[in-house]
Amino acid sequence: MGKHVLLIEDEPNIIEAIRFILSREGWRVDTHSDGTTAYDRVTAVRPDIVILDVMLPGRSGFDILRDIRADTGLNGLPVLMLTAKGQVKDREMAERMGASRFMAKPFSNTEVLASVRELTGA
Amino acid sequence: MGRAPPFLAREGYRRRRLADMARLLPLVGLALFLMPALDARDGLSAPMLIYLFGAWAGLITVSAILARRLCRSGAMDDSDGPQAEGP
Amino acid sequence: MIPFDVLVAICLLYVALLFGVAFLAERRAAMGLGGWLRSPAIYTLSLSVYCTAWTFYGAVGYAARSGLEFVTIYLGPTLVFIGWWWTLRKLVRIGRTQRITSIADLISSRYGKSNALGVVVTLIAVVGTTPYIALQLQSVTLSFAVFAPGGAVPWAIRDLNSSALTVAAGLAVFTILFGTRNLDANERHHGVVTAIAVEAVVKLVALLAVGIFVVWGIGGGVTATLDRIETSPLAGMPIQPGRWIGLTFLSAAAILTLPRMFQVLVVENEDERHLATASWAFPAYLMLMSLFVVPIAVVGLAEMPPGANPDLFVLTLPLAHGQDGLATLAFLGGFSSATSMVIVAAIALSTMVSNHIVMPVFLKLTATGATMSGDVRKIVLRARRVSIGGVLLLGYLYYRLSGGSEALAAIGLISFAGVAQFLPALLGGILWRGATRAGAITGLTLGFAVWAYTLFLPSFGQGGVMGAALLAEGPWGIGWLRPQGLFGMDGLDPLVHAMVFSMGANVLGFVTVSLASFPNPMERLQAAQFVNVFDHSAPGQGWSQGRAEAEDLLLMAQRILGPDEAQGLFQRAAADQGKQGFLPDITPEFLQRLERELAGSVGAATAHAMVSQIVGRSAVSVEDLMKVADETAQMMEYSSQLEAKSEELARTARQLREANEKLTELSVQKDAFLSQISHELRTPMTSIRAFSEILMAGDGMGPGEMRNYSRIIHEESLRLTRLLDDLLDLSVLENGQVSLNAQEVALPDLIDRALAATVGLQGGLAIRRDPAAERVRLMTDGDRLSQVFINLISNAHKYCDASAPELTIRVREGRDGVAVDFVDNGSGIPEKSQAIIFEKFSRLSDHRKAGGAGLGLAICREIMARLGGSIVYLPGQGGAAFRVSLPRARAQAA
Repeated sequence: MGKHVLLIEDEPNIIEAIRFILSREGWRVDTHSDGTTAYDRVTAVRPDIVILDVMLPGRSGFDILRDIRADTGLNGLPVLMLTAKGQVKDREMAERMGASRFMAKPFSNTEVLASVRELTGA
Repeated sequence: MGRAPPFLAREGYRRRRLADMARLLPLVGLALFLMPALDARDGLSAPMLIYLFGAWAGLITVSAILARRLCRSGAMDDSDGPQAEGP
Repeated sequence: MIPFDVLVAICLLYVALLFGVAFLAERRAAMGLGGWLRSPAIYTLSLSVYCTAWTFYGAVGYAARSGLEFVTIYLGPTLVFIGWWWTLRKLVRIGRTQRITSIADLISSRYGKSNALGVVVTLIAVVGTTPYIALQLQSVTLSFAVFAPGGAVPWAIRDLNSSALTVAAGLAVFTILFGTRNLDANERHHGVVTAIAVEAVVKLVALLAVGIFVVWGIGGGVTATLDRIETSPLAGMPIQPGRWIGLTFLSAAAILTLPRMFQVLVVENEDERHLATASWAFPAYLMLMSLFVVPIAVVGLAEMPPGANPDLFVLTLPLAHGQDGLATLAFLGGFSSATSMVIVAAIALSTMVSNHIVMPVFLKLTATGATMSGDVRKIVLRARRVSIGGVLLLGYLYYRLSGGSEALAAIGLISFAGVAQFLPALLGGILWRGATRAGAITGLTLGFAVWAYTLFLPSFGQGGVMGAALLAEGPWGIGWLRPQGLFGMDGLDPLVHAMVFSMGANVLGFVTVSLASFPNPMERLQAAQFVNVFDHSAPGQGWSQGRAEAEDLLLMAQRILGPDEAQGLFQRAAADQGKQGFLPDITPEFLQRLERELAGSVGAATAHAMVSQIVGRSAVSVEDLMKVADETAQMMEYSSQLEAKSEELARTARQLREANEKLTELSVQKDAFLSQISHELRTPMTSIRAFSEILMAGDGMGPGEMRNYSRIIHEESLRLTRLLDDLLDLSVLENGQVSLNAQEVALPDLIDRALAATVGLQGGLAIRRDPAAERVRLMTDGDRLSQVFINLISNAHKYCDASAPELTIRVREGRDGVAVDFVDNGSGIPEKSQAIIFEKFSRLSDHRKAGGAGLGLAICREIMARLGGSIVYLPGQGGAAFRVSLPRARAQAA
C-alpha cells in the first residue's frame, strides 16, 4: 500500500502547509489547484486518498466529489473534504454525497494526519 | 369623436342643399295652395281648376325628383357618414 | 240594371279575393319571401286608407254643395308629404327605433311612458273614430240600397240595418283574422296591408273610370266639360278663405294624427326609404282621386233629377246611362274605400284599447304584475280581438242611434278636428325637449273638451244632446259661452270657430303647463331620445345634443356606480378624448367602456339594455331599469362596505407578505454574506494555524523553512487585517455613517497620490496620463476619491494580463461633470461578469493574484455614491475600463 495523496486546493499557503505535514510523515503529495480539471487528475494519478477543498476556482468540490463517486473505477477511494465555510449544511451535503470525512478550516495538523492515516488504513 | 370637418366633401355639401330644398318645397306648396283663398271672390272656375291641378302636378314632379336625388345621394342612410342636420 | 243577387255575389267574390290576397301575403311573408310585399308601392297604396268612402262618394257630394272646398282635404296631406323631410321622416324613425305601436303609444312613450296619457289619447281616438266608422257603414249600406230591388224605392230601414250589421260583422272577422295574428307591432300586418293595397288600386281605377266616362262619355271631351263647368251652378261659387285655410290645416293635421293613418304610415312602415317614394306618389294618388270630382259633380247636377243625392253620383251616373259594369266597379271602389278604412281603424284602435286600457286594468286586477310571460301574450291577443269587435260594434251602434241622419255627412271633418287635438302633443313631443307630460295632458284635455263642446255635441243637431236653448243662448243664458259663438265670435263658420278655439286652448295649455312644470327623469330621457332621434342613430353629430345624451348616461351611471366613481369614469373618458369636464363624446368606444363598467355592477345584459335604452333602440322600459338601478345601488352600498373591509384585510395581508418576503430575502443575503465572510476569514486563519502548529512542533526544519513559514503567518495576518478594515469600511459606507470631508482639491494631485500609494504594486505597469486634460479642480472628499483611484490602479496591476501592461488615465470634462477613465490593455472583463463585479466578494479570478477579499469595487461603488457620482464598467475599450464620474456641481474648472 503506497502512501500517495492528491491535494486539490487553491490557496498556496494551505497547500504548502498540508504538503509539509504529510510529506514529513512519508506521504507522496501531489497538488492540483484548478476545479475544472481536478477529476481528470484524480483518474490519472489514482491516489490512495484525495484531500478536496470545496471552494475551488472553476468548479465546486462537491461536483468533483460527485464525479468521483460516480466512477466505479474509483470505488472505495477515500475523500477528505475541507471547507472554509464551516456551515452545518455543507457538512450534511458532503456526507450525503459520499465524502469519507469532512473537516472545517482552520484544522489541526494532527487531526489531518490522523484522518489521512485512518482513511487509508495506513 | 371628431367633429365633422368644416368643409365637407362636395357630396356632403350637395346632400345638405338637397335636404334644404326638400324642406323648402312644402312652403312653396303652401303659398301655391293658399292663392285661391286670396282670390276668393272668383270662386270655382275652369282656369282655377287648371291652376290648382297644374300647381299640384308641378309640386309632385319636383318632389319626385328631389326624393330620388335624396335617396341616391345617401342622405337617407345616416348609419354611416355624417347625418344631415335634423329639423 | 244589374240584378241585386249578382251584385251581392260579386261583392262576396271580391271579399273572398281580398281574403285570398291577405292569406297569400301572410304566407309569403311567413316564408320570408318578402319581395314586392315590402315595396314602396305597397306602402304608398296602403296610405290610401286616407281616402275613405267619404272621399269616394262624399267628395262629389261635397263639391256639388260647396264647390272647390273639397280639395283642401287633399291639399293638406299633400303639403305634409312633400314636406316629409321636416316631420314624417322623424316620426317614422322614432316609430321604428322606439317600436311604437300606435299614436297613443307614441305620445305616452314620449311623455315618460305615462299611461294616463295613453288612456286620454285612446279615448279621444275612439270618440273621434267611431262616428267615422259609422259613416263607412252607412255609405256601404246606401250604395247597396241603390242596387236594391225596386230601384228608386228605398230599402226598408230593417234591410239597411241588417246589411250594415252584416258588413260590420264581416269586417270584424277579417280584421280579427289578419289583424291579430301577431303581437309585436314590429311584425307587420302583411296580409292586411296587401289587401288594402289591392283595394287602393280598385278604388282609384273605379273613380278614374267613372271620371273618364263622365268627361268623354257624357261631357264630350275635356274642353266641352270645362265649358260645362263654367256654365254650371257651381261656377263662381265663392271660396271662404277661413274655411279654406282652416280645412287645409285640419287635413294636414289629420294625416299625422288619425289613428289609422299613423298605423299605416309609421307602424306598418318597413323601410324609411319607402317614405321617399310615398312623398310624391301619395300626393299623386290624392290628385288623381280628386281630378274628376268637379266634372262628376257638374255633370251629375245637370243630368240627374233634382233632389238626387249628390253623394251617390259616382254610382248613379253610370247606372243612369246603363253602364252596369262601370257602376259595379264604382260600387266595388266605394266598398273598398269603406272596408279598408274600417279594417285599419279597427286594428289601430284595438291596439290602443288593449295596450292602454285593457292590459293595465287586467294587470292591476290580477295584481301579479308583468312577471308572467306566456299568458300575457294570449291575453293581449284576446283583448285585441275583443277590442276590434267592440270598436265595430260601437260604430254600428252609432250608426243605428244616429239613424243614418244627414248629420253623418259632416262627421268626417268633425272627426278630423277631434284627432287634430293630438297635434300639439305630437309635434311638441318630437321637436321640443321642454314639452312635459303635464303640459300634454292639459293641452289634450282642454282641446278635446272645447272640441266636444263647440263641434261634436252640437253636431247631433238641436235637441240631440244639446238643447236648442243652450245652442242659441249659451249655458244658463251666458251668451259668450254659446257653443258656436264663444266670446261672441259668432261670425265665424262653426267648424273654423271650433278649430280655432279648441286648438288655441290646446296649444296654450300645452305650452304654458310644459313651461311651468318640471319633468321627471323618465320624461327627460324619453324627450332626449325622441327629439334627438337622428343624433342617437347617427352618433358623432351635433355635439350639443350629444352632450345632453351624455348627461343622461351620467345620470344613469351615477345611480349604479355611485356619484364619485361615475363622475371619475366620465371625466377620464372626456380627458382621453382631449376634453375637459365630465361629458365625453358618445363614441362606440366610450359606450363599450361604460357598458363594461356597468356590467360589473348589474350584469352584462342589464347594462347593455340600460345603455342602449338611452342611446336608442330598445323596448325595455326605462322605469324598470331605473328601479333596477336603485335596487342595485342599495345592494352595492351594502356589499361595498363588506368589500372595503375585506380589501383592508387583503391589503394588510399583502403588506405582511411583502415584509416577510423582504425579511426572507435579507436573511438569505445575510446568510450568504456571513458564509462569504466566514470563508474569507477562515482561509488565512487556516494557514496561520497550520504553520504556527508546525513551528511549535519545531522539529525537522531548516532555518530557511522556519523563516519562510513565519513570513506566511505574517502575510496572512496582514490579509486578515485588511479584510476586517474593508468590511468595516463597507459597513460604514453602506449605513451612511461616513462623514465626508469636502474641500477643494486638484485632480492631478489626487491621481499622483494614488499612483504613489500603489507604487509598490505597480511592477511593470506603465501609466499613461494627459496632464493638460487633468487640470480640473474639484470640490469633494479627496481622501475617499483617491481611495477609489488606488483601488482601480491596483486592480489593473493585479489583473491586467497583457505582456506589456499599460494603464491609461483619461480625464474628460462633460456638460454634466468630470469623467475619469482607467483603461488597461488586458483582456478585460467578460460580458457576463460585468454586471456582478461591483457586488461584494465577486472576485473573478483565483486568489493568489487578488490578495483581497473581493470587496474593493463594492467599496468604490459605495464611495462614489456618497460623493454624488458613480463608477461604471466601460465595455468595448480594448481592456478593462472603469469610468469614475463626478457631478458638475462638485467639479469646477481650475
